[in-house]
Amino acid sequence: MSSELETAANPENLKRVVIEPVTRVEGHGKVTLLLDDNNHVHQARFHIVEFRGFEKFVQGRPFWEVPVMVQRLCGICPVSHNLAACKAMDMIIGAKITPVADKLRRLMHMGQILQSHALHFFHFSSPDLLFGFDSDIGKRNITGIVESYPDIARQGVALRKFGQEVIHLTTGKRVHGTGAIPGGVNKNLSLEERDYLLKEIDQVISLSQSAVELIKTIYSARTDFHNKFGSYRSSFMSLVRENGAMDLYHGGLRAKDEFNQTIFDHIDYNQYWDYIHEEVKSWSYMKCPFIPSKGRKEGWYRVGPLARVNNCDFIPTLLAEKERKTFREFCGGSATQATLAYHWARMIEMLHAAEVIKELLDDADLQSDDLVSSGERNLRGVGVIEAPRGTLIHHYRINEDEQIVRANLIVATTHNNQAMNEAVRRVALQYLDGQQISEGLLNHIEVAIRAFDPCLSCATHAIGKMPLEVELIDANGSQIQRLIKDSDGRYRI
Amino acid sequence: MSKNFTLDGKVISFKDGQTIMDAALTAGVYIPHLCHNPKFIPHGSCKLCIVNVNGRNMTSCTMPAGNGMVIENNTSALNDDRKALVQMLFVEGNHTCPSCEASGNCKLQATAYYLEMLSPHYTHFYPPRTVDASHPDIFLDLNRCILCELCVRASRDVDGKNIFKISGRGIGSHLVVNAESGKLGDTNFAVTDKAARVCPTGAILIKRRGYKTPIGHRIYDHKKINEIQAESDHE
Repeated sequence: MSSELETAANPENLKRVVIEPVTRVEGHGKVTLLLDDNNHVHQARFHIVEFRGFEKFVQGRPFWEVPVMVQRLCGICPVSHNLAACKAMDMIIGAKITPVADKLRRLMHMGQILQSHALHFFHFSSPDLLFGFDSDIGKRNITGIVESYPDIARQGVALRKFGQEVIHLTTGKRVHGTGAIPGGVNKNLSLEERDYLLKEIDQVISLSQSAVELIKTIYSARTDFHNKFGSYRSSFMSLVRENGAMDLYHGGLRAKDEFNQTIFDHIDYNQYWDYIHEEVKSWSYMKCPFIPSKGRKEGWYRVGPLARVNNCDFIPTLLAEKERKTFREFCGGSATQATLAYHWARMIEMLHAAEVIKELLDDADLQSDDLVSSGERNLRGVGVIEAPRGTLIHHYRINEDEQIVRANLIVATTHNNQAMNEAVRRVALQYLDGQQISEGLLNHIEVAIRAFDPCLSCATHAIGKMPLEVELIDANGSQIQRLIKDSDGRYRI
Repeated sequence: MSKNFTLDGKVISFKDGQTIMDAALTAGVYIPHLCHNPKFIPHGSCKLCIVNVNGRNMTSCTMPAGNGMVIENNTSALNDDRKALVQMLFVEGNHTCPSCEASGNCKLQATAYYLEMLSPHYTHFYPPRTVDASHPDIFLDLNRCILCELCVRASRDVDGKNIFKISGRGIGSHLVVNAESGKLGDTNFAVTDKAARVCPTGAILIKRRGYKTPIGHRIYDHKKINEIQAESDHE
C-alpha cells in the first residue's frame, strides 16, 4: 500500500489545482493537487473542510436525547446514526432489547440501506457510469438521466421512495423520525402499515434485481478499465454474524488484509479501541483511523458495501447470495480490490435489503407491543452498525446524573478517509499526470471519490448546483488556467 | 340578565369575576397564550393574549370581562405582534426543536406554528444557560425556559413547596431553584408534583421518558393549538 503522494517533498515550487467542492457526494469536501511545470503530480489530497462538533455539543445533554440529536448528522442516513446511538444507550440502560424491537429496528435500517443505496447509484453515480466520466458535463447529471434513460430514473425514484416509506412507517417521519429509543422502539408496525408495504415489496425486489443487472452490464462492458480505475490493494473491515453471514445491523468486527488474510475476526465491538486507532492530520478535519497491529502507515482499510460483500462468508438471503457468488466468480473467486466494484457490491446489498424487508414484513412479531426493556445501568455504551457507507461507531460515557460527558463517533466516511485519498492519488497518477487539465479529467477524481459514496458532513448536497472553481497556478504563483462552474451549471473561463 | 361582550363580532357570555380569557376559553374561542393556565392565578407576563378592548390593548388573561365590551382578537395586527413576541422568545433562549423531546407537545412550538412563524427573524442571543440534571427523576434545562412562572405558581400554590422563583431583572431574569446549592437534586421536588408537569416547553422534563410517544400521537401532530383548548393536555 502506498501513500507516497500524500505530501510532496518540495511543495513550494509546485502548481496547485483545487477541486472545490467535490460534487454529487453528501457534504462538502475538496481535492488539491500539486503539479510541477510538466503537470506531473507530486501531491494529491482529499480534504474534508467541514467541522460539525457533535462530539462536543452532546456533552451535558441527557443520554436519551442523544440518539435523536445525533441523527441530525445526516439527512440521508439518519436512521443509522439514530440506531448506532440507541444501541449504545441500550448498553447504558442495561437493556437486552426484545425480539420485536430488534426486528423493527432492522426493518427501519433496511429501509435506510435501500433508499440510500438507490440515491447514490441512480442520482449520483449513474450519470458517470452511463454517459462516461468525461462526457458532456451539461448532460452528466440526474436530469440527463431522466432525459436519456427515463426508465432507469424512474427505477431510482421508486426504490428510494419505497425505502423512505419504510422509514416513515417505522419512525414517524421520512427523515429524522423517532422510532428507535434507548431500550427498544416506540411503536410497532400496524397491519395496515404492513399491508401498505407488502403491496409493493415484490416490485421493489424486482427493481433491485434489475439494478444489479444494470451495474453488472456496465461493469463487464469494460471490465479491465473498471478493474483498474483508481484501484489499489487494502484491508477491509465490516461487521459479520457469528456464522460469517452479512449482517448490517449487528455482529462482530472482521478485518481482512490486502491479501484476504484475516487480521481479526468476531471482535466484540465493545472493545473497538483495541483494534482501531485514530490519527489526526493537519490538512483535514477528518481523522484517519488505522488498525494498530498493522501500524499507522499500513493499517488503513476500507469499509462499506465492497468491504461487507468481500468480508462476509455468505449473504443470508437467496437472491443477494446468488449475486454475491456471481460477483465473486467474476472477481476471480476472491475479494476484489477494484474501487469501482463498490457500485456492484452496493446494488447487491440493496437487493439484500429488499429481501430482508420482505422477510420481516411476513413476521407477526412486528405487530407485538413488547417494545421496550431495561436493566442495570452502566456509565458507558458502544453502538456499532453497518450504515449504508460502512461501519459506524458511536461511543458514549455518561455521569451519575445521566448526562453525556464524552462522545466518540467514527463514521463510515472517516474509516474510508485514507482509502479515498489513495483512490484520488491513483487516479491522479493514472489520468492526470502530465496532462493538460480539463473538467472531464478532474471528474475522474470525483468518480473515484463517489465510488465510496462519502458522507462528508452528512446531509448537505446539491446536485448540479454547486459552484466549482478550478485554478492552475504556475510555479511563480501566476494563474495560467481557470475554469468556473456557476451555480446555474454554466461553465466560464 | 346575562352579561356579554363581542369578540371578533361573536357574542360571548360571561359571569361576574371572569376574565376575558376565561370567558373566551369557556366559549371555545382561542386567544393565543403561553403563561396562562386556567388552573392558576393569571400572570399576564407573556403578553401573547393581548386583545384590543374598546380601542385599547389589554392582556385578556388579567382583564375582567365587562358588559358590552367590543373586543378584537384574531386580527392580523395583533397576530403580527404576537408572532414578534414568540420570535423574541425563540431567540432569547436556546430552542432546538429538532432534537427537543418536547417537540410536538410544546406550546411554544405549537403557538409559533399557529402564528405562522417561519423563521426566528431576530438575531439569536445564544445565551449561556445551564442545565441541572442533579435530580434523580427530573431534568431542568434552562435553555428552554420562557419565564412563564407556571412552575413557580404550581409549586407555590398547588404543591406548597416553593421550589422555583424568578430572580434577576430584565434580560437578566432567570429561573432559580430554592436550595442552598441551587440544585434541584437538593430540594424535595417530586416527579408527582404539579410543577413537574406544567411546563409549556421542554424546560422541566421527567427523565427517561423522552420520545416514547411516537410521532403522530403527540398533542399537536394533527391539530393546531387553537383546535385544542384542553389545558389538561399539558399535565
